[in-house]
Amino acid sequence: MGLSETDVLDVERIRADFPILEREFDGEQLAYLDNSATSQTPEPVVEAIAHYYRHTNANVHRGLHQLSQEASIAYENAHDRVAEFIGADGREEVVFTKNTTESLNTIAYAWGLAELGPGDEVVMTEMEHHAALVTWQQIAKKTGATVKYIRVDEDGYLDMDHARELVTDDTEMVSVVHVSNTLGTVNPVSDLADLAHDHDALCFVDGAQSVPHMPVDVGEMDADFFAFSGHKMCGPTGIGVLYGKEHLLEEMQPYLYGGMMISKVTFEDSTWHELPWKFEAGTPVICQGIALAEACDYLDDIGMERVDRHGRSLAEYAYDRLSEFDDIDILGPPGDDRGALVSFNLGDVHAHDTSEILNDFAVAIRAGDHCTQPLHDKLGVPASARASFYIYNTREEVDKLVRAVDATRELFA
Amino acid sequence: MGIGGSDMYRQQILDHYKNPRNYGEIEDATFTHTGENPMCGDTIEMDVVLSEDEETIEHVAFRGDGCAISQASASMLSERLQGMAVEDLRTMDRDDVIDMLGVDISPMRVKCAVLAEKVAQDGTDIYFGELDVEKTTTEDDD
Repeated sequence: MGLSETDVLDVERIRADFPILEREFDGEQLAYLDNSATSQTPEPVVEAIAHYYRHTNANVHRGLHQLSQEASIAYENAHDRVAEFIGADGREEVVFTKNTTESLNTIAYAWGLAELGPGDEVVMTEMEHHAALVTWQQIAKKTGATVKYIRVDEDGYLDMDHARELVTDDTEMVSVVHVSNTLGTVNPVSDLADLAHDHDALCFVDGAQSVPHMPVDVGEMDADFFAFSGHKMCGPTGIGVLYGKEHLLEEMQPYLYGGMMISKVTFEDSTWHELPWKFEAGTPVICQGIALAEACDYLDDIGMERVDRHGRSLAEYAYDRLSEFDDIDILGPPGDDRGALVSFNLGDVHAHDTSEILNDFAVAIRAGDHCTQPLHDKLGVPASARASFYIYNTREEVDKLVRAVDATRELFA
Repeated sequence: MGIGGSDMYRQQILDHYKNPRNYGEIEDATFTHTGENPMCGDTIEMDVVLSEDEETIEHVAFRGDGCAISQASASMLSERLQGMAVEDLRTMDRDDVIDMLGVDISPMRVKCAVLAEKVAQDGTDIYFGELDVEKTTTEDDD
């Protein structure tokens, strides 16, 4: 497919929606390359938040007054909008949570505690984020189940032969990250879902690094559960999404109890509200949910195909530029086959030192273990520096990153 | 320039990082203690020789791995500790360490800076039977 005029982003126009990008630190203009941690928030989303509090704020689902009705409708519609964004069948399949981590914990507690026991196995990957890794590890300890990890090969890909060995009829859950937040690897989640289903296991896909960057269709993928966070995709913090196939969510018991999630309550017993409200106990994330729907509009207006191409092209450019230096070790797959991020180490310089020097150039990156400590242990490095890109980033910013890395090298030589 | 950044990497820090003093082992050390900063993966292992009356630090050596701040701090501390009264080591605090480094330390990096000091202090406390831990971590230190 050739790249026509409409296939590329109008970065200049997009940047105008993000006034924070104009910030300067000691005369250096910010190059924000920490998007895998959190993305910046465009004006229409900020405006939606302000408008909600100025115009519509009320609690939902309980008031009979006009304001509560408006807030309720906006909140419920936000579920529909998010469902549409990821290809879910409807609001019944979309639960609003606090973040990806809470979405994972919801399934781990509501499904895992009830269904797992000795002899059962949960299969993850060595590149799993702590959000999934720690959660299933601890639920396994509680239930007597076993966790196993699909090997990551030298190029940063999953060893699919190993996956086929590990997933057996003892497997109850295959929980895999869609795009690695450390390696940038895009995993074959659809194949892994098929593999899980071949053995009557369920498949949970952690989409925290995929939904913000590429078109995602959970139906096509055939994931049973899917999770992501609003703040990595132009939305606010405090909102995450748990997608679940309706029949599975229907069969599950809730794990948070309280108001909003009930249907009938007596002193002796309670029954549950319909989906998705059954899993949204207490006053929910009303404003954040509405703002997330606005973020979906914002990204769809740009076009997720374009968002994807832009991010990949910047990652490839950064990969190529950093690859010019022998003393830079880049983690993960080749430049032309990765999500919108590049993690690297400069010689023996600790990533925290690199990041501090980059900060002098107002280049904002993440340095550390990126919530994948076991993966870093396996790779034999305590930490890595990660540059991650989004719709408003430019090649000039990548060039600036490389200049700052050069300066770090000089300082530590 | 604000807190952190190149300011934090003045010549002295880089010099100690690149050419650490008292790097190595002491065979007949009075005690040896290790510590780590799990967030960063910084590690320090320190050998200390006390005087016969156990009131003065005679020799210090260390091994370690990690960021420039943690390793330079260990190197500078190893020089500072030679001949220091044990009592003075016990009363050292983070401000003393930051003074010793001679640079502003950004809040996120204080743990790196104080790791060696904590290792020396905890090692001393363990030796005198006042503390019972296997390893020092800066995790719970605020």
